[in-house]
Amino acid sequence: MTQRTHRGDTAGNDAAVLDRDGLAALIAGLSAAGFSVIGPRIADGAVVLDEITDIADLPAGWRVDQAPGRVETRPADPDAPPHLFDTVLPAQGLKRYLYPPRRRLWQADRDAAGGWHLSDEDAQPPPALAFLGLRPCELAAVAVQDRVFLEGPYADSDYAARRRRAVLIAVNCTRAAATCFCASMGTGPRATAGYDLALTEIPDPDAPRFLAEAGSDRGRALLADLPQRSADPTDRAAADAATAEATRQMDPANGGRAMIGDVADLLRRTLDHPHWDRVAERCLGCTNCTLVCPTCFCATVEDETTLDGATATRWRRWDSCFAVGFSYMHGGSVRREMSARYRQWMTHKLAHWHDQFGVSGCVGCGRCIAWCPVGIDITAEAQAIAASEER
Amino acid sequence: MDDLSSLIDPAATPAGDDPMRPRPFRIARVRKDLADTFTLYLTALDGAPFAFRPGQFNMLYVFGVGEVPISISGDPADPAVLVHTTRAVGTVTEAMGRLKAGDVIGVRGPFGSPWPIEAAHGQDVVFVAGGVGLAPLRPAILAVARHRERFANALLLYGSRTPEDLLYRREMPVWRSRHDIASHVTVDRATGRWTGRVGVVTKLIRSGGFDHRHAVAYVCGPEVMMRYAVQALDAVGVTADRVYVSMERNMKCGIGLCGHCQLGPHFVCRDGPVYRFDRLGPLFDIWEL
Ligand SMILES: Cc1cc2nc3c(=O)[nH]c(=O)nc-3n(C[C@H](O)[C@H](O)[C@H](O)COP(=O)(O)OP(=O)(O)OC[C@H]3O[C@@H](n4cnc5c(N)ncnc54)[C@H](O)[C@@H]3O)c2cc1C
Ligand code: SF4
Ligand code: SF4
Ligand code: FES
Repeated sequence: MTQRTHRGDTAGNDAAVLDRDGLAALIAGLSAAGFSVIGPRIADGAVVLDEITDIADLPAGWRVDQAPGRVETRPADPDAPPHLFDTVLPAQGLKRYLYPPRRRLWQADRDAAGGWHLSDEDAQPPPALAFLGLRPCELAAVAVQDRVFLEGPYADSDYAARRRRAVLIAVNCTRAAATCFCASMGTGPRATAGYDLALTEIPDPDAPRFLAEAGSDRGRALLADLPQRSADPTDRAAADAATAEATRQMDPANGGRAMIGDVADLLRRTLDHPHWDRVAERCLGCTNCTLVCPTCFCATVEDETTLDGATATRWRRWDSCFAVGFSYMHGGSVRREMSARYRQWMTHKLAHWHDQFGVSGCVGCGRCIAWCPVGIDITAEAQAIAASEER
Repeated sequence: MDDLSSLIDPAATPAGDDPMRPRPFRIARVRKDLADTFTLYLTALDGAPFAFRPGQFNMLYVFGVGEVPISISGDPADPAVLVHTTRAVGTVTEAMGRLKAGDVIGVRGPFGSPWPIEAAHGQDVVFVAGGVGLAPLRPAILAVARHRERFANALLLYGSRTPEDLLYRREMPVWRSRHDIASHVTVDRATGRWTGRVGVVTKLIRSGGFDHRHAVAYVCGPEVMMRYAVQALDAVGVTADRVYVSMERNMKCGIGLCGHCQLGPHFVCRDGPVYRFDRLGPLFDIWEL
């Protein structure tokens, strides 16, 4: 172990207060250490995750509003607190960095003897990425994908390598979009685990600052090197109040959104419910929901051969249970009806995921609601099934 | 922050460990079984034996064409040679049928749950097969043959479309004469000089030949055939907790990571393909699950 010099006055402590210079130092320090810093940016009128090199790249002064079938990126209200991270969620999360949409699995070459052999790839280490501004639901989604890719009988070695090199820096939510329901899924609006660092933006126009909490040795090492002051009870109270506001906004009593309780058991016993046909009348089977979902992991494989037939390549590509061919077997697809395909998606997320991985496959990010072109709402569909059962 | 670069994990994972990379096997022999069905005898290029349990399957890769799940149909007591019996029905299996001795094929596996033949120790063992569904049962039949004294009656009930579609026809008499495993065969449609039974395999179940109170059944065939077979077994008193079936779904990975083979909460590639029927239970009856 190398000896570290601690510049911060909370050395050994897990919480500190950073101002914007402290945040800038974090970005600079991560870059200097060899990480690419990935955070929210405005591009083509939407918020996306992309490389950032400077605090000025962050979407300060922007706000994102989401509703079923609607995502709107606009300048923040003039009286809004001067937040750097008021854009709630990027269109897609970090899934595409840890689990790329298309990846070469291997390549094989024919040899003289009529056979073929796999080429030995010198396994290049994946990029070292530091994610800045991850929402608590995103951290929860990473924990879900960890269970899928790392904790089963077979691990995905590429995911494992990318994951080990990733630094996760969360920003707790102080505002919920109308599509958010993390509070009812127990995944937000405040991160409780899975981060290296968690920041809370304290809405103080006179002194914009972050409460920074370390959640790992790596996070403690990062924090120790930043210009900072120690967190006092006022800072903590301000951070608590700020995230409590997001919880309040998600409360159905205030017009917010929530997933019904016991949804897993409800769906396990309603696989034959007529409501699936009613959703199918609206669903286009476009696969948007599975593509934006931060936990969906289904993939297919593609084989490619050079024209001379000498080299074959096998690719893995994201797939969707909404595609008719997804369940194809000789003789036809198992899930031909749209209702069966929507049911597969929703029951997998909310019920069968528990059986498979001991956790919900939905973290309540609301992306599938916002990005559905016809505004199908997973929370409303669950409610509709529950309501019809009561009748 | 110079020393922070030590925060980057340096380790790259060696590709050799990747369960998605096939192992090359040489085709030692091809046997044509039926007009559309063939058996490949494979040996690993590196010479390593291939241990497996009856009921498990491999993902077989045909160079440049694709990869499909095929059950192992060889003798589990002979891991030196890997045996697969395949019916050519589409792109990959037809290309596989064109391969010749000396060609190389990719193998990933063995995957999935086995036929638990020890569940039938001391009892009657009943194999119920439809069509090419006999291929995944063959290793279990051979395992029973090897330890025949551990079982009471042993019986194969086998149905196919026509007499020309009967698999392992030369082997069945050997199973009977040498191992006292009787075969009752039926076809959907008689052709040629067929003098045997005509009708569905469930009829054979109803005609008995085993002690329903002390019998365990292993069923493999098309899903509809298995549905009727399970009902017929239940009707004669072989309850669902003594019936095992092998399920088929689209499979792209075989290792529980691609999602294609899901059946409700199950990954058929990993939790199956062999299930005790009562554990699959009501899921079997839900439309398009
Ligand atoms: C556990 C298990 C064990 C099996 N054991 C045996 C066995 O021992 N012997 C045997 O003969 N058969 C066996 N089968 C069946 C065998 O796997 C299929 O017959 C085989 O996959 C057919 O492949 P094909 O390319 O020849 O046929 P095709 O009908 O051409 O389809 C092949 C594959 O291509 C893909 N595909 C085709 N069309 C589409 C589409 N529109 N969209 C998306 N994907 C598509 C699917 O993945 C499909 O599996 C087994 C199946 C399973 C699941
Ligand atoms: S199912 Fe919808 S709300 Fe739940 S995690 Fe996926 S995209 Fe987010
Ligand atoms: S639920 Fe909406 S987003 Fe998902 S496939 Fe159907 S139409 Fe597309
Ligand atoms: S075949 Fe990929 S999960 Fe079962």
